[in-house]
Amino acid sequence: MSVTADAATSLVVNGTTLETIERGRGRPILFLHPSNGIDAGAPVLDRLAQGGRVIAPSHPGFGASQLPKGMTTIDDVSYFYLDLLEQLDLRDVLVVGVGIGGWIAAEIAVKSTERLSQLVLGNPVGLKFGDRETRDIVDIWSVTPDEFNALAYHDPNVGKRDYKSLPDAEALAAARNREATARFGWSPYMHNPKLKHRLHRICIPTLILWGTADRILSESYGRSYAAAIAGAKFEPIERAGHFPHVEQPEEFARRALAFADTPAARARRA
Amino acid sequence: MRVYHFTEQPYYPAWNDHQGSLRINLPNERCDPKTAGDLYHRWYDEWLVADDLGLDIMLNEHHQTATCMSSTVIVGLSILARETKKARLLVLGYPLGHRPDPLRCAEELSTIDVISRGRLDMGFIKGVPYEFPASNQNPVAVMDRFWEAHDFIIKAMTHRGENFNWEGEYFHYRQVNIWPRPVQQPHPPIWSTTGNRSQARLLGEKGYVMATLGSGYATRPLQDAYRAGYFAKRGVHAPADRFGYLGLVAVADNEAEARRRGDLVAGYLRSSAIVHVPFRNPPGFLAVEDYARMLKGQSPPRTFTKDGRAIDMYKGSVQDLIDAGVLFCGTPDQVYEQIVAFCEYCGGMGNLLMMGHAGFLTHEDTVDNLTLFGKEVLPRLKAWKQPVAEVAAA
Repeated sequence: MSVTADAATSLVVNGTTLETIERGRGRPILFLHPSNGIDAGAPVLDRLAQGGRVIAPSHPGFGASQLPKGMTTIDDVSYFYLDLLEQLDLRDVLVVGVGIGGWIAAEIAVKSTERLSQLVLGNPVGLKFGDRETRDIVDIWSVTPDEFNALAYHDPNVGKRDYKSLPDAEALAAARNREATARFGWSPYMHNPKLKHRLHRICIPTLILWGTADRILSESYGRSYAAAIAGAKFEPIERAGHFPHVEQPEEFARRALAFADTPAARARRA
Repeated sequence: MRVYHFTEQPYYPAWNDHQGSLRINLPNERCDPKTAGDLYHRWYDEWLVADDLGLDIMLNEHHQTATCMSSTVIVGLSILARETKKARLLVLGYPLGHRPDPLRCAEELSTIDVISRGRLDMGFIKGVPYEFPASNQNPVAVMDRFWEAHDFIIKAMTHRGENFNWEGEYFHYRQVNIWPRPVQQPHPPIWSTTGNRSQARLLGEKGYVMATLGSGYATRPLQDAYRAGYFAKRGVHAPADRFGYLGLVAVADNEAEARRRGDLVAGYLRSSAIVHVPFRNPPGFLAVEDYARMLKGQSPPRTFTKDGRAIDMYKGSVQDLIDAGVLFCGTPDQVYEQIVAFCEYCGGMGNLLMMGHAGFLTHEDTVDNLTLFGKEVLPRLKAWKQPVAEVAAA
């Protein structure tokens, strides 16, 4: 895999080409983006790269990444990422996932933590706690873009995008992000009913970082998520919503790297 | 030429008081079941009038909406299969993309075909975008699911002998053997709709009847794509009966009255697009390139007049709609001439899907509309010889 300073490069896993951003050197940090994709210029990537080698792919079907035939669930995506870890022979990996990326991270970890050292989940989806008539996660396909921004961000202006002036390639990537999110998250809505019953298999230090202004998810959802994973810590991040890595990139990366460097985490790595 | 009378069976009493959405999220307390019952009986009475006049019948289905109370089209088909005598019964469309169980589809449609003694036309469609939140079927990959459901239904209707097995990408069945099988052989005629040329060509290859709605004087390119597919598979040109077109119809003794009725019938178009904005384009419903263009706000006009003027089908005046071939409106002579001109433009179009009622048009006006059309327009259309456009040389 070639590495350049900013632009995304290509990585082929099982014949599927992923666009991937890579930054920094040292212990591997796999960054798993949320539903709206990853921007090569995102400050959080540079900040995380101060603590290791950041590998940030666009998930299959997102951005400019190909979608393998038959891939329809986050369960499938997580197996794909296990193949990626194996192919790159990554070990001692800090996995950082936000939103749907946090869901993917949890799905990876219940299958195998052999190559992982810690999990950091930022406002993750993927689980259901409420009863059958209570939706835990706002139906993002029933709200307008403005309503979404008001629910998802501490500062709704951060979420605004001028689609009309977007270059065609970026508009296509945005359309693919939305389509892929619906492919994997339409129903059951943004969760895997099986996942809750598999979480006991996660045996590595886990941190939930929580943008407290998130109203796509409630804070009690985040705390329930942490309580469902043995030993998981929960840390709020103020002045951030559903995408804390975007609204507070410095704080998000600092907490993630600090967690990866705690004595318990170091002991595990040794 | 065949002419099918169609109404969406609207619950129009709720139309004048909504919060920006007549579909999906208009609370159902706004529908009085007693009034709904009266309306259903009215629509069926009008279809019986159509049957007596020699018109055929079209029904459709929508969900959670005041624009169309036919939430389960099989009910209307069941009633009309028994109560009508001559009319063909076209369901357009039967939304396979919203259906979880194509075995049930095959059973329902076969039963209708048998009870109607072979009068069913099966119009398969993927379904409208805003009803995916209602059906909860995934809008992503809907066409793949549509074609697998289609393949399964045809197999279930035509299979003889031992039970068969189906383990597809989307549907699984272990012992398939539907009772009754359809009476039309090998199966009832298949129709579909489309707005894009590659799909039109595919429908042509299959030889299914292709219908369009509101495409007016922009219909011909779609039909020519169909013709190319049809000719490529068969070496003969697609006859007029392979094409259907849904047009609004308002006939009266005099032009002023016809235009008054036309304005009421156009209420269908004016109400049709009133949908909560986020439901209008769920991801995956459009091809991703089209979805990207939509994100950028690029939605080219799709309805044009004969001289190439773009009109907004949802807001256009009666005259705009007449000019665009969306509404056929006037005295019987005028309506006959408008329809013939449109069919000539198409190069042959053998099935008019006539919206003979919509919106606030009263029962009396609807019956008069149907009667004038049935007695003074239909016989002349049936006698008129359709052209058969040939495929342009490649």
